[in-house]
Amino acid sequence: MSERSKSEPVTSGANGPLGLDRRAFLKVTLTATGALLVSRCAPAPAPLGDPIELGLFVRLEPDGRVVIGARSPEIGQGVKTALPMLIAEELDVDWERVTVEQLPLGLVPTSEPPGMTWKYGPQGAGGSTSIPAAWRDLRQAGAEARRRLVLAAAEQWGVEAASLVTESGSVVSGDGRRLAYAALAAGAAALGPPAEPAPLKEPMSYRIVGRPQRTVDGREIVTGAARYGLDERLPDSWVAVVARCPTFEGEIVRFDDRRARAVPGVRDVVVLSGPKPGEPITANLAPGVAVLADDTWSALEGRAALEIEWTAGPWAAESSTSLDAQCEGLLAGPMRRVHSEGDFDRARAAARQVVEGRYRVPFVSHAPLEIQNACAHVEADRVTIVAPMQQPAGASRVAHALTGVDRQRIEVRMTRVGGGFGRRLTNDFVAEAVLLSKAVGRPVQVVWTREDDLRHDWFRPFGHHHLIAALDRDGAVTGWAHRLASTSKYHRRPGVPAEEMWTPELCPDDFPSKLVPSYALEWAAVESGMVRGSWRAPAHTANAFAVQCFLDEVAHASGRDPLALRRELLGPPRELDYAQHGGPKFHTGRLAGVLEAAAERIGWGRTPPPGHGLGLAAHFTFGGYCAHALEVAVDGDGQWRIVRCVCALDVGRPINPLGVEAQAIGGTIDGLSTARSLEIRVAGGRVVNRNFSDYPLLAMRDAPDIEVIVVPSEAAPAGAGEMAIPTLAPALANALFAASGVRLRSLPIGDQLRAALAARA
Amino acid sequence: MAIEFTVNGRRARFDGAPRMPLLWYLRDHAGLTGTKFGCGIGACGACTVLVDGAAQRSCLLPMGGLEGRGVTTIEGLARGERLHPVQQAWIEVDVAQCGYCQAGQILAAVDLLARVAEPSDQEIAALANLCRCGTYPRIRQAIRRAAELGRGGPGSR
Repeated sequence: MSERSKSEPVTSGANGPLGLDRRAFLKVTLTATGALLVSRCAPAPAPLGDPIELGLFVRLEPDGRVVIGARSPEIGQGVKTALPMLIAEELDVDWERVTVEQLPLGLVPTSEPPGMTWKYGPQGAGGSTSIPAAWRDLRQAGAEARRRLVLAAAEQWGVEAASLVTESGSVVSGDGRRLAYAALAAGAAALGPPAEPAPLKEPMSYRIVGRPQRTVDGREIVTGAARYGLDERLPDSWVAVVARCPTFEGEIVRFDDRRARAVPGVRDVVVLSGPKPGEPITANLAPGVAVLADDTWSALEGRAALEIEWTAGPWAAESSTSLDAQCEGLLAGPMRRVHSEGDFDRARAAARQVVEGRYRVPFVSHAPLEIQNACAHVEADRVTIVAPMQQPAGASRVAHALTGVDRQRIEVRMTRVGGGFGRRLTNDFVAEAVLLSKAVGRPVQVVWTREDDLRHDWFRPFGHHHLIAALDRDGAVTGWAHRLASTSKYHRRPGVPAEEMWTPELCPDDFPSKLVPSYALEWAAVESGMVRGSWRAPAHTANAFAVQCFLDEVAHASGRDPLALRRELLGPPRELDYAQHGGPKFHTGRLAGVLEAAAERIGWGRTPPPGHGLGLAAHFTFGGYCAHALEVAVDGDGQWRIVRCVCALDVGRPINPLGVEAQAIGGTIDGLSTARSLEIRVAGGRVVNRNFSDYPLLAMRDAPDIEVIVVPSEAAPAGAGEMAIPTLAPALANALFAASGVRLRSLPIGDQLRAALAARA
Repeated sequence: MAIEFTVNGRRARFDGAPRMPLLWYLRDHAGLTGTKFGCGIGACGACTVLVDGAAQRSCLLPMGGLEGRGVTTIEGLARGERLHPVQQAWIEVDVAQCGYCQAGQILAAVDLLARVAEPSDQEIAALANLCRCGTYPRIRQAIRRAAELGRGGPGSR
């Protein structure tokens, strides 16, 4: 972990008028960041000796502490705890003696082909991939360090390595001799690279993995010492707040910055050009005018004093209403069939009964609680970036593209991240900081406001889904079609041909693919000026809602129980091919397993009290299986509440059960918050929503307790950050139908139930 | 005209723009970054601090109104190495996911427990701080645990 020595101290204004004792402040900062950012201020190492590195991830301190590097961005999904657990397990040390440090981005050049590759392995946070990737390589990193320590002990004692074992951070010989790792570190570090991979532990002997461990930054978080992006400011930074064009693909007509420049503390005003209208977005999201100041408040005051006129942009006629009308028009006509199994048209023509349903899924914003921000310093031949990111390698790429600086001279440091949800997979905010630092020749921290964040996002796509089921005389499903008109996530993504725009919107191998005799997917592009991107569990949130609600409708239309129909379609437990992300296989038995577990816990089949209803949904997301079972209560006015909420999850072998449970709770509440009241509305070619006042995240009073069932499994672990979202909305809509007889097909739920019951009365 | 007040028990003076919200003073001038910015309109509570012991949204408190007041931020809650029972409970229950809102959640809980030693479900439900990660169930659990620690229950110090 050699980055310690080259890191610059990062502080934020310790010399302010408060008169805080500077030493006291440094101590606070020290507890805060751990060694990564301020270790130069740390006391000299104890006289015992120097810390010794064993490979890229392990450092042994002379006092017996084991420092393990965490490579992936920590956005709240728990990987800063779970990934080092895998290393510590194979290293065979006590978890209590482990200190975790965030690693910076590590890239090394390759010659064939010329480019860059990972130094530490993949360092992104997206698609629930951190755990499966770490399961493949980080266990090996721990085992390798352990083997070197054993070899060093064998050499010192003059015995065969095979006669030695390890135990809680020591090597132990058959005759009872014992040496702590710290004492063996120098010898182990001198050993050459291995001829073959070190053997891995049998899971039966795990002492850390599979046991609940609390988040490694727990104490720092509750004392305010944990450092997020917004808390890190390079020395002598100016703070930049940007007025971005509010109209889709609009531009600056003219602006007057005289009043802004007169605000005390304002240092400069800089115009940022944006992407060309209609062209791919590769840097910042929109053109704007940046006000740079000594501190955040001055920059905000300066921005408020700007007078800017924007063009209405090419999408001025776009509104939520026009988008709904566009979808209806598309669904009324023929659409491109992008996937087909069997002969759906024939099945439909021959059907005894045809069931149809239409569902609407709105645009939503990521709205991480930490607004977008980034700190950058562009110098003649180097760039430094400190920011909360999900794809730090993308930050390096965009900084290179904007400055021409060699990527090996671009240093990218990751902070803790105040929520990701997919928002920080793209680095538009980093691009802004780089552009502004380059323009003013000094470090710049870009700070967004909540209004900026809700208006300028890579929104979850919007769409209308039309589902059709063909049933034969016995009620068996003979054909299934899913027709979708949506705003593709790939809009304005570089290099995506028009014929592939549907691919992030529909997963051909999703349920009920290969489980019904005929199956067809059709898609049509909805034209919109909204920028779109990946929102936690992307298309699964939309498709699981449509499919799992429609299954209920098919069950009711054909007089069957919703659980029985799901069982019937899933059939006997077996593996099916799954070519999209999360594959290569989908196991029908594991999906049935979470479904049965959730149904059993909620008491499926019982008669609930009057006004209550039960609802179910199950879905496969990125290698993990999740089911929700809900009991809701609806009163005569259409007011509803969740009485019980069960979430059953099968993510393979749970690495940190406490973390998996947290993700099940968090995903469920994210799903509920979004289904209940969240929608980004459009009018006049711009976003209508302004702040949490009209984008009301779920609060404590409406958050139920979640009964989490983590299904025991020895399968290779999947991630856990995204699986618990897609099934909440359909389970809720199905439960509300069971309780009230009102079928809600449009998200968010809002006050539709109340309106429907009022209309019925 | 300088404003005099205290932050975490230390005397402080401020002679900048009186309209500047306490939040930005704490973060940009006092180097106390544990208080977070989330919305700027008092809706999310990430910026919650205690002013004379009562939870307040620091994004809405102009510096001009702080003369003679006592501000406690998350950095000032523990007594040296000894954590406040609410902080201790938060760690025990492993509340945090991303952790960004938790300083505000903790101070809101401190305020609640100072008013009501054993809050009811309704009183806990009235806490309006937002958590985007959805840690509410564990927050409830941690508040109950903190109440237990506060009255000298098992594991309290």
